[in-house]
Amino acid sequence: MTVSHPVRGTTDVGPAASGGGAVGSHPVRRRHRRRLTGSSFTGSSFTPWLFLAPAVLIFVVFKYLPMIEGIRLSLYQVRPFLGDLWVGFDNYARIMGDERFRDAIGHTLVLAFGQTIGSMVIGFALALLLEGHAKSLWFVRSAVFLPVVAATAVIGEIWRLLLFPAPEGFVNTVLSVVGLGPWTFLDSPDTSLASVMFVGVWKGAPYDMVLILAGLAGIDRQQYEASALDGATTWQRIRHVTLPALRPVITILLTLASIRGLRVFTEVYVLTGGGPAGSTDVWMTRVFTVAFERNEIGVASAGSVMLFLITFALTVVVQLYRRRKEAG
Amino acid sequence: MSVADQCDTALGWSTGRQAWLSRTIRAVLCVGAVLLFTGPLITVFSGAFDHNPDPTRLSVLPNNPSMINFETAGSKGIWHYLTNSLIIAGGALLLQLSVSVFAAYALARKKFRGQAVVLLLVLTTMMLPEEVIAIPLSLVIGDLPLVHVSLRGTLLGVILPLGAWGFSIFVMTEFMKEIPVELEEAAKVDGAGELRIFAQIILPLVKPALGVVAVFGFNMIWEQYLLPLIVAADPSDYTLTVALLSLRSDEEVGPGIVLAGALLALVPSLIVYLSLQKSFLRGITTGAIKG
Repeated sequence: MTVSHPVRGTTDVGPAASGGGAVGSHPVRRRHRRRLTGSSFTGSSFTPWLFLAPAVLIFVVFKYLPMIEGIRLSLYQVRPFLGDLWVGFDNYARIMGDERFRDAIGHTLVLAFGQTIGSMVIGFALALLLEGHAKSLWFVRSAVFLPVVAATAVIGEIWRLLLFPAPEGFVNTVLSVVGLGPWTFLDSPDTSLASVMFVGVWKGAPYDMVLILAGLAGIDRQQYEASALDGATTWQRIRHVTLPALRPVITILLTLASIRGLRVFTEVYVLTGGGPAGSTDVWMTRVFTVAFERNEIGVASAGSVMLFLITFALTVVVQLYRRRKEAG
Repeated sequence: MSVADQCDTALGWSTGRQAWLSRTIRAVLCVGAVLLFTGPLITVFSGAFDHNPDPTRLSVLPNNPSMINFETAGSKGIWHYLTNSLIIAGGALLLQLSVSVFAAYALARKKFRGQAVVLLLVLTTMMLPEEVIAIPLSLVIGDLPLVHVSLRGTLLGVILPLGAWGFSIFVMTEFMKEIPVELEEAAKVDGAGELRIFAQIILPLVKPALGVVAVFGFNMIWEQYLLPLIVAADPSDYTLTVALLSLRSDEEVGPGIVLAGALLALVPSLIVYLSLQKSFLRGITTGAIKG
């Protein structure tokens, strides 16, 4: 209620405050008023647009215009200096027929799925471990959160070195202590995608942890006490009290993570550049290669538009599902 | 160890004096978690100050402390890239904050025709992944509509597209809606104009939200990779994070050069996070749940 009240209040006051001499003496307002006669519009209806102008201008020029331009270009064969050639849906057909694009779509889905689930499971485990009010736990939480803050490109460069494929590499050395490895990590087509996924989970899990912690804090302690009195084991308590209470948080995490997973670019570009042998090529690295190395802007635009449509559809589906769940 | 004590957390961690086993297990796991999530970042600190050309011998403590990595990186223009990054971060953040505050003021405190459309316009940009417009955006930056100016190869080409961010407008709007209308009414009765109400009543009250929006804005700007990459006309226009790729190895200092760069790119993020930590964690939960 407090949310909608101030807005309504402002309109009640608006016309009264700006009426009288103020409007008449202000050239901008007067001109505006003449154009919109009769309605509830007063001089003050122009000011919101002044405040909004910078945001709207930037969004239109750098978001909406490129979006429209992207859709247009996806229907053309783009030829600099020669003029664009209308090709209809040929660019889309070429993407669907391109084996490397299909592979990339497969990698993207595997990566998005693995990173989403992996981050959530690890994030949940971390949240269970680090729940509580103690100062030391707060310190651990802050430390664990650091990977989220560091820029993806920086993390990629660090892990590229740590995952050095020789037996003397940092991670291989650590693994040899527990009798594992040595692994080739990013260097072989068999392990590269899993390695990229691992780095994604490493950066994503602490983020999920924070949201799950917020969810855990919202659970009524009396439910735990009741389950303890009923003699429930810890596992039963997690399964039947904690997890159901976390459902809204998990839905949000799934939506955010799957969308983020589909548009993945920086991690892959820095860690492997899509290699070796295209084994980690994802949607956006493919689009990037097609656009800036092969200069086929039309095809690349078609790829972008498809990615947008899928992301958009996914968001809408999840939102509808959430609404229905909440309503029902 | 009481029942109530165990019911404080989902796993039933006991904090009582007798529960030494539970406490020990938890402490060991915590140390493991800290090592796993901060260890790689610590190796950057040590590796950046270590003269060690062998990429396989990263360590947690420098074996051979030296500044040679920074000197070598400096000769390859790392300070120039850092300057690019800092100018972009400062400029874009300043622009983003002003744009958000102005837009939020109109969206939260005014009622006007077309408001719903603007709100939808803002929310849609949040669903529009930056990556999918990257290619046409690079064309727009090369030839701005109407004015036909090219921003390619300029820092402004990176700053301007980052100047308005749906998330930050959204958080700011939600926050401004909470300010009681009586304050504004009183100021109007006293004859204060629109700008004075905005600057002297609304702005001071949204300071906490500015913290949230600033720390997220900085993070979002510092994270940018594809945008500076497509705006750049040649490698000297790169930001530090993008330039890391071209600094990967050096004949003399090996991977130390990229670690020096990574450290310089890491430190600003750490400073911002550690100084505005509370805003950051609060923003994650509110932002995700409301958005």
